[in-house]
Amino acid sequence: MKGKVIKYEQDNIDTDVILPGPYLKLHEHSELAEHAMEGMDPDFHSKVKNASIIVTGNNFGCGSSREHAPIALSASGIEAVLALSFARIFYRNSVDGAYLLPIEIDEKTYSSISENDELEIDTTKNEIKNITKNQTYSMKPFPDLIGKIIEAGGLFKYKP
Amino acid sequence: MDMNITEKILARGAGESKLEPGDVKFAKIDKVMLHDVSGPGVIKTFEKLEKDGVIKVDKLFDPSMIWVTEDHFVPSVDKISAENIVKLSDFTNRFGIKKHFKYGMGQYGICHSMSHEEGLVSPGELYVGGDSHTNTTGALGAFACGLGHTDIAYAILNGKLWFKVPETLYFKLNGKLPENVMAKDFILRIIGDITTEGAAGKAMQFGGDGISDMSVESRLTLTNMTTEAGAKNGIIEPDQKVFDYISERGISKYDAVYDDDDAQYEKTFEYDASELEPVVAKPFSPQNVSAVRDTGNIEIDKSYIGSCTGAKYEDLLAAAKILKGQTVKVRTEVLPATISIYKRATENGLTQIFINAGAVVGPPTCGACCGAQMGVLAKDEVCVSTTNRNFPGRMGHLESKAYLASPLVAAASAITGKLTDPRDL
Repeated sequence: MKGKVIKYEQDNIDTDVILPGPYLKLHEHSELAEHAMEGMDPDFHSKVKNASIIVTGNNFGCGSSREHAPIALSASGIEAVLALSFARIFYRNSVDGAYLLPIEIDEKTYSSISENDELEIDTTKNEIKNITKNQTYSMKPFPDLIGKIIEAGGLFKYKP
Repeated sequence: MDMNITEKILARGAGESKLEPGDVKFAKIDKVMLHDVSGPGVIKTFEKLEKDGVIKVDKLFDPSMIWVTEDHFVPSVDKISAENIVKLSDFTNRFGIKKHFKYGMGQYGICHSMSHEEGLVSPGELYVGGDSHTNTTGALGAFACGLGHTDIAYAILNGKLWFKVPETLYFKLNGKLPENVMAKDFILRIIGDITTEGAAGKAMQFGGDGISDMSVESRLTLTNMTTEAGAKNGIIEPDQKVFDYISERGISKYDAVYDDDDAQYEKTFEYDASELEPVVAKPFSPQNVSAVRDTGNIEIDKSYIGSCTGAKYEDLLAAAKILKGQTVKVRTEVLPATISIYKRATENGLTQIFINAGAVVGPPTCGACCGAQMGVLAKDEVCVSTTNRNFPGRMGHLESKAYLASPLVAAASAITGKLTDPRDL
């Protein structure tokens, strides 16, 4: 996949700001998209028109188990989140529901990527190309089962 | 063998004699919970997968392993939440799920409090729920873990799920908690020490004579907030107190699991109970922990005593001890976690104490804890709350402020109108 970057240089972005609690009653993906990142970035919707990758710090998606969070991001057009680390339920929801790619990156990669950079992610080679800066970074490979679930297109499509 | 309780329950579920941290296996699930947020999510997931021709859902793996609660948006706040409740009823009728605890119809309340109040999970079981605070029930000696609705849908259809065996952090409490210090103060102190990602993806196990000394309800407060440290599960080896507790709820058959003699933990943290004191987590993170006495003069607008974390019977008892014969200085809202707790509180005069003090006693609901309804906060409003999270906007407006605290601190603060250590009343 290929896309431009929205960068949030902070740790602990939680599900309450990714998709605030009052909208948990909604289940239509397009309706959830309207409220994505409402708790922290009023400009998200204009940014996501030209971008499909979020780059951020540690513990992204901490807080609740709401699958609404990766759904809202995915339905807004986000295809991958590159983070120093993920909260476990957000990570698992992203993979099992096949909403977006949660990719762990190291500190050096994190600081090299800037807002609006264009990236190309190749999960078969575990490689991230920064087209804008003409750089290549390695990504942490997905653990075996997770890679297979991603390849299958989600948990329900995976045959153990 | 050298497995701890978490590893042993997962190994049993996976049909393996030995598992180690990092192993990834499918394991058989014993119990599943879904509620009025994750339930409609499960229904939507099934609808979509059926439409796409991925699955056909004629029946569930075992309807008797599932229960359903209504807690986040009850009483219904609008047409959408009302429709979600109707959808849940259609779903449980269609698939023969008998344990559907309907709001306003017999026993009902917050899912995690229902799990122990009704004895829905037994020691040694592998339990998953469509809510992050599912960890709570690990205090009964079960592996209890929160998941999103795709995983819950998979679990109720197939009776199994994949798990990565977690590393375990062991928290040993030496000695009895001092008077006016509650389990909430201990778990907040831990989160302050290890941070909100300190246990990311790991198990948090509690033990030591201080834990043996604690009531089952206090232990449930500890495991409940392991979620805020990022833990996969919180767990405590079961003992006679747990067996008595579930026996009172009609559970006599269970297969308890304990640590092996040489069980391994990634790290052990020791705490001396006598050094613990009443604390709060200041806005905007559960790790932002400070002794109440060190917070300075923080005036509050509201005291909220509710949620699966802080509205169990003992929590209400603690608040009532402070509020008895007093008058609240700020809005004070008490929402018992289940109707059975509400009933006991009423039978034993607690409800009267709250009302006499000027507080309102509301129905069991997640309510303002997740910013859904019933007492959400306005811009700049300051609340002391017995709940579990205080991220921006968690309880209402993005610029409202919640201080997480024990029921004793919340009640003491209600009387004075500012953050108050119960020892200073």
